[in-house]
Amino acid sequence: MKLILAIIKPFKLDEVREALTALGIAGMTVTEVKGFGRQKGQTEIYRGAEYATNMVPKVKIELVCDDALAPRVVETLQQSAGTGSIGDGKIFVLDVGQAVRIRTGETGEAAL
Amino acid sequence: MKGEPMNFANKIAAGAGAAGLALFAALPAWAQDAAAAAPAPVVGAPVVDKGDTAWMMTSTVLVLAMILPGLALFYGGLTRTKNMLSTMTQIGALACLAMIVWVCYGYGLAFGPEGNAFISWGKFFLAGVTPDSLADTFSDGFKLPEYVFISFQMTFAAITLALVLGATVERMKFSAALVFGIIWLTIVYFPIAHMVWAAGGFLFEGGMFGTSLPAALDFAGGTVVHINAGVSALVASLILGKRIGYQKEIMAPHSLTLTMVGTGLLWVGWFGFNAGSALEANGSAALAMINTFVATASAALFWMLAEKVAGHKPSALGFCSGVIAGLVAVTPAAGNSGPFGAIVLGAVASVICFYAVTVLKPKLGYDDALDAFGIHGIGGIVGAIGTGIVYAPSLGGPGGADFAIGPQVATQVVAVLVAIVWAVIGTTIATTIAKALTGLRVSEEVEREGLDLGEHGERAYNN
Repeated sequence: MKLILAIIKPFKLDEVREALTALGIAGMTVTEVKGFGRQKGQTEIYRGAEYATNMVPKVKIELVCDDALAPRVVETLQQSAGTGSIGDGKIFVLDVGQAVRIRTGETGEAAL
Repeated sequence: MKGEPMNFANKIAAGAGAAGLALFAALPAWAQDAAAAAPAPVVGAPVVDKGDTAWMMTSTVLVLAMILPGLALFYGGLTRTKNMLSTMTQIGALACLAMIVWVCYGYGLAFGPEGNAFISWGKFFLAGVTPDSLADTFSDGFKLPEYVFISFQMTFAAITLALVLGATVERMKFSAALVFGIIWLTIVYFPIAHMVWAAGGFLFEGGMFGTSLPAALDFAGGTVVHINAGVSALVASLILGKRIGYQKEIMAPHSLTLTMVGTGLLWVGWFGFNAGSALEANGSAALAMINTFVATASAALFWMLAEKVAGHKPSALGFCSGVIAGLVAVTPAAGNSGPFGAIVLGAVASVICFYAVTVLKPKLGYDDALDAFGIHGIGGIVGAIGTGIVYAPSLGGPGGADFAIGPQVATQVVAVLVAIVWAVIGTTIATTIAKALTGLRVSEEVEREGLDLGEHGERAYNN
């Protein structure tokens, strides 16, 4: 099993979700996050006081899938979340040791 | 409304003395109507016009709406999340404190029956005031119930004290604010209100310092309320010191949405403040009303224009700041200017205030947190001096044909200087006493954690 962790632009979330659902992904966890990378932040001005905000709002998606599906998930993510400009985000793929469905106690891929 | 069915019932019960009594009671009311309609000066008993009274009661509660929730939301939105409740609670509590102090001795010190040019006395604890007591309006023979006048003036004391807090929020102790409030009202607000507004007052009568200068023009309190509050705010913030992290950490407003809501409430309430200051429902109030519209509109647009010219984006906070700057500037000019004079006054005050808060303040480095001085102090000074110009009939103002701009502007400058000197000395004393009694600032830990939790044990937003 793989944990796929993607940081994307917030407005791309619906598109990404639709594309992944079509691929057979049955669930994911979404968090609103802030961070910085190559994308520059913005300058805010309040009555002359300037604040450079170098933290940009992003959405973090976490989902777990079986090993065979992982490359296609990554590919779909890259296509659906991309705009071609700086700040589109990153995708990380990690190995997962175990998964358990709390309600039934099922383990491994059956728990996904 | 209740009276009508009763009168009707009385008339049905013909023969009984009740019908005769009802008719008899109605007669003086007709006489009053006739007197009110007649332009000739009224001889004999003073007239309490119900239209005036109703308007002044409405104006009074409009000024309350400026404080709660108007100013509380305006200021609260500008602070950081962790200090939202502290800001609003200080405003509410100090306004309440001002109301109690006002009826105990404030009214007596400002508008008492005896006194000199600087202070008055008498009517402490409203002694001798009854529902039948009357207060003057600006028209001979027309009076208001004194309780209405007391209430109206009470709200002015309350909002002026609340305005000062704009400079001291996010670090001043709640207890210190209360102590400061009582002393400040006593030695700063009541004397200045007396000097400007009470018969016999230093600036009300003119001819100050042995000159032949005319009386100061201050329609709704540019000097008493705004210069006074603004300068006091600056002094208090200087004594209090800067917030931890000022000009280093991000101190962006936590909710400009609430600030915009507060701005709207302030503008609406300001009609009670300005048009109510005519003390009657008449043409002077109408002039104050239209000026309170157009000066504000002009100032709001000119602030955003100034932002654009300075290379920034026209902002929501700029809009709100312009609205307040315009309202402040038109306060002394409300019934003392033509509409187009007011438009120019609003524009000029807006641009000068913009410069004061965006250029001057960062250069000088003082921490007037919410720009009480930059907008109320500076805007008040521009408005007070400008009133001496826009009053001229040649500029569309309501001044008489013999009005001269020069001496009037000189008077306005004198009034401004008197208010500044008085506010600086009085605020220094009040702040020093508060420091000795309670200490001025919260601990560093409370300041970092936020005054909501540290001073009030609550958070504004629990999600």
